[in-house]
Amino acid sequence: MVAWLTDPFASPLLQRALAEVLVLSLACGPLGVWVLLYREAYAAESISHGMLPGLVLAVLAGAPLVLGAAAGVLVAAAGIALVARDERLGADIGVAVCVSALVGLGALLALAPASPARLQELMFGDLLGVTGRDIVLAAALAGAAGLALVGGYRSLLLVGFDRGTARALGARPARWEPALLAVLAVGTVAAAPGLGSLLLVALVLAPAAAALALTRRLPFTLALAAALAGISGAAGLVLSYHLELAAGASVALCAVALAALALLAGRQVAPAH
Amino acid sequence: MTGVEVRDLGGGYAPGRDALRGVGFAAAPGAIVGVLGPNGGGKTTLFRALLGELPVRRGEIALPAPPAYVPQTDRARLDFPVSAFDVALMGAYARTPFWRRVARADRDAARAALARLGLAEQAEATFGALSGGQRQRVLIARALLQDAAVLLLDEPFGGVDAVSAARIEALLAELRAEGRTLFVATHDVRQARGWDQVLCLHGRQIAYGPPAAVLTAATLQATYGSELIVLEGGRTAVGVGHHEH
Repeated sequence: MVAWLTDPFASPLLQRALAEVLVLSLACGPLGVWVLLYREAYAAESISHGMLPGLVLAVLAGAPLVLGAAAGVLVAAAGIALVARDERLGADIGVAVCVSALVGLGALLALAPASPARLQELMFGDLLGVTGRDIVLAAALAGAAGLALVGGYRSLLLVGFDRGTARALGARPARWEPALLAVLAVGTVAAAPGLGSLLLVALVLAPAAAALALTRRLPFTLALAAALAGISGAAGLVLSYHLELAAGASVALCAVALAALALLAGRQVAPAH
Repeated sequence: MTGVEVRDLGGGYAPGRDALRGVGFAAAPGAIVGVLGPNGGGKTTLFRALLGELPVRRGEIALPAPPAYVPQTDRARLDFPVSAFDVALMGAYARTPFWRRVARADRDAARAALARLGLAEQAEATFGALSGGQRQRVLIARALLQDAAVLLLDEPFGGVDAVSAARIEALLAELRAEGRTLFVATHDVRQARGWDQVLCLHGRQIAYGPPAAVLTAATLQATYGSELIVLEGGRTAVGVGHHEH
């Protein structure tokens, strides 16, 4: 049994994949908790899907994926902010239209005859293909996101818990709500090369949903979300090795399976108010 | 401690659309000011102005120090994984640098504030699992941690149980005795009669002064208009049935 769990990691390929996914988990798990508490799950999904054209253009230009991800996230965020402002559509419809358009544009670019056949990798990530440099980069970005969350803990709590009183208690909503979205963007960029534009949301949101269902104190929730993200990552890699499945998809499915189990086992979350 | 002085205050949430105008009064330290008015009459807008958070504001406000604010309990999220103690402790966040742990003295103060409101045993309970009245008391404990000379309470008696109401009422009297100035938004005219001053708002200031002088049938009529219910025998009550959220 132990060998079944450890065998996969004899390969340097899987060692690097494990390092990448663990590094990402430390930031993505806690980030997801804040995203869910701020009811920004849709924004998380939109930003990560909407960056696809940026990733494709990076491949076409031979630039680093992280650079494309950063540019893609900026364009997606700007587009979403712009369209969401149109009162005829309403924010939700605006975001949906904008993201569909961006995913479509990304696919169009990627499927053009001149493009290298890497669309799959951009949408689903290439966890087994990460290099040492990718890991260092992911660690730097995830570390920055994690530090921002630790430093902003009390302010994020004040604003999220009781927006109307936050300023009187020392935290400005107008500063911390955009700050969380900025951290989300950084986390998204960090996770893009490993998990891809479609799957990375699973590592952000699923462990967080599980942790929220299982804990009653925020510091534990944040720590558990990081741990569950890491466990999903490791379990996904083991499964993908033995069952010969795609690595990123296995990680995403493990995260979602854990969340489903936790929601079944955990407390009934208080109704949204 | 000095009191609160407001002169010719007006403003609202967007330019050209005043939610409140013509407000002027002076409240001494150690006074409870009842703030009466219909929903949308400007009670919360006045509090926003005193907090320095009203987007559009004219006139002058003199405060001894930034006030503490107790929101209506339904403004706080029930699905956050925080305990009553965690919430009370938020009152000390503003004086704690972000890289430091909250001071032991403040943690002790949070427990003491909860105990003062009869919630010593609920300190570790999840905020969202408490009753409405208990949650209101936790939010008041949070304001106590701010140790402010001026407290603004937005309908602290709205929808609370009798035990909580009695606790809150007793605490208000204690805070008044400590020389703090309290502004209490309420719909309960009879309760306001027991306080020091009454401020009646209906988009503008209708009246300000001691309850005996202000709480006349004519002033209440001007404040509440059609919401006012005249009971048999000439006593008046305020109809707030539509206020439930």
